[in-house]
Amino acid sequence: MIRVLSICCRVAVALAATASLAMAAPQKPAAPKAPSNDDCLACHGDAGAVRADGRSVAVKPEAFAESIHGLSGLACVDCHADLARAAEFPHAEKLGPAQCASCHDKAVASYDTSVHAQARRSGGNLAAAACADCHGSHDIRPSSDTASRTNHARLLDTCGRCHGNEEIIKRGRIAIGNVVELFRDSIHGKALIKSGLSVAPTCTDCHGGHDIRRKSDPASKVFRQTIPTTCSRCHEGIGREYWASVHGTQVAKGSPLAPVCSNCHTAHDIRRSDVEGWKLEVIKECGTCHQQSLETYRDTFHGQVTALGYSRVASCADCHGGHRIFPKADARSTVSDARRVATCKTCHTGATASFAKYDPHADPNSHERNPLLFYTAQFMKLLLLGVFSFFGLHTALWFGRGMQQKAAGQWPRRRDEDSTEDGE
Amino acid sequence: MTVHAPAAVHAAAPTHYRRFSRADRLLHGFLMFSFLGLAFTGLPLLFSHEAWAATLARVFGGFRSAGVIHRTCAVVMITVFTIHLSRIVRRLFGQKDLGILWGPGSMVPQPRDFFEMVAHLRWFIGLGAQPRFDHFTYWEKFDYWAVFWGMGIIGGSGLVLWFPELFAHLLPGWMFNIAMLIHGEEALLAVGFIFTIHFFNGHLRPEKFPMDSVIFTGRVTAKEMEEERADEFDRLRTQGRIDEYASAAAPRWIYRLGRTAGGIAVVLGLVMVALILFAVLQ
Repeated sequence: MIRVLSICCRVAVALAATASLAMAAPQKPAAPKAPSNDDCLACHGDAGAVRADGRSVAVKPEAFAESIHGLSGLACVDCHADLARAAEFPHAEKLGPAQCASCHDKAVASYDTSVHAQARRSGGNLAAAACADCHGSHDIRPSSDTASRTNHARLLDTCGRCHGNEEIIKRGRIAIGNVVELFRDSIHGKALIKSGLSVAPTCTDCHGGHDIRRKSDPASKVFRQTIPTTCSRCHEGIGREYWASVHGTQVAKGSPLAPVCSNCHTAHDIRRSDVEGWKLEVIKECGTCHQQSLETYRDTFHGQVTALGYSRVASCADCHGGHRIFPKADARSTVSDARRVATCKTCHTGATASFAKYDPHADPNSHERNPLLFYTAQFMKLLLLGVFSFFGLHTALWFGRGMQQKAAGQWPRRRDEDSTEDGE
Repeated sequence: MTVHAPAAVHAAAPTHYRRFSRADRLLHGFLMFSFLGLAFTGLPLLFSHEAWAATLARVFGGFRSAGVIHRTCAVVMITVFTIHLSRIVRRLFGQKDLGILWGPGSMVPQPRDFFEMVAHLRWFIGLGAQPRFDHFTYWEKFDYWAVFWGMGIIGGSGLVLWFPELFAHLLPGWMFNIAMLIHGEEALLAVGFIFTIHFFNGHLRPEKFPMDSVIFTGRVTAKEMEEERADEFDRLRTQGRIDEYASAAAPRWIYRLGRTAGGIAVVLGLVMVALILFAVLQ
């Protein structure tokens, strides 16, 4: 029994020695020479290769071979630079991060200005994306490759790993919440996911790739005043109209109040402008600044019907335009004296100059704006007050007297049943 | 004595007297239901900022369908109004019945209405006896003229709003603003008045509660006639015309129909008043 055990031990030791010799053979003689990819893959190419704590350190040789770095003949130590001079293998467990900047200096410099880099630096939020979180590590492909994580068609899922993950959103205190979910149902999301349009924007088209910044950062592509420029990269014609409009010129002058694209259209859940829900929502949006106009609009048939939830009647943009809004005094305005009849005619085909004298924002409380309406409103108020006061009192007194009579037994002097043939 | 209805009525004191003709009752019936239809499809617009308004609009199948119902009811009501006017014209010019312009059978307010109102108010607070009334009391005349004026104003402004392009040939466009305002305010007045004051005067006051079916049966009991229309009763008796109004009790189905329809109308009206008060008092 003891002999059997000892033989086994000897065989094992011999095997181990042979194996270690085989692995060390190419390295030992030339200690300063960097290990080749094959050297690395000798261990890391094993799908079961793990650290002491059990975490995998495996690298798929074929994935690396197909990656942009593999195809362009990069060595492992080009990225894992601190192993280039390592003398002992297995090497130390703790290595420095792969140095993307050694080649991609511009991209990394750009990344360093981003909200992601900032979060990692200042907040120590290591969940914030670094290079590998978006690009992958050994299997990085160029974004033109449809299998790439940063390919136009796949990028949403890549960003969604964090921005569509409730737990990470909570942990990272990402104020905007689950934007990927919002985006999926947006007109852009549907165009991208459902229709597979190559022109449909994905996250980076508005936010940029490496240099994603907070919207409060004036250098951000989604900074308030920059948003129209960002949107105009695709919506070129609308951009031109917008910049000429009363809102666009105000924004260009630096107005912090005048609306930009996202005020009306929102950011991530942009909907078609002809869907009912949006048409009704945007009325409230106009009303955040144009409060009095909203109030007077609500007094009109148009405003009442839209308040009930139906969009078949005129709302703000139907008369004032959406992007080409100008002050009424401007001849380009759809509500200017010169163009108002034509505007009414878009719905009321028989509209005339007389018809267009209707005030769609009449204010019954304004003597200056609508004197006759003002007096009519005053008269109606008095009439209602008079009638209800007099008959309110009349009714109350009659009721009191009637109850008194009834209590005194003077009424039930008649019953309705008396009116029927057989008196039920 | 032969068993002959008028003779029988003549012999024994009649149990009932006729107050409203069949045409009056029918017109009132159409008026009532078109009014309810107009109120329930119109008020959601006036209170469009209330959650119940959107619900009510959905109940009527959306604003377009509610609009169709509203205009259908408007046509019914305008027809009722036109028939009523043509009946007045016929009585006035055809039958040369000047009694509808003045006198006890007339809706035209007269000095005695004012005195009766004062006396009635004094009676309310215990300062005098209950006045004796003739065929139409002052509050009935007010109800009538309120509705008459209301139909003219609301109907007229409603037509302007229904056909704005046509009316723009006759009126400047800002008249639509005024039409819109008075259409809504008058509607509020009419609805508020009919569903509270008129309901109380007609049905809900203690001596009539829960309802007076005279507008459906067209008849009052002899006792009601003698007590509530004492002047009319005495006048007709003195003139020897009281028997012209003698009547038997209404058939039971009319009574039941009236009670059901009237009951529904009262309940719906009070619900509407509650919704309006809820909106106004918020």
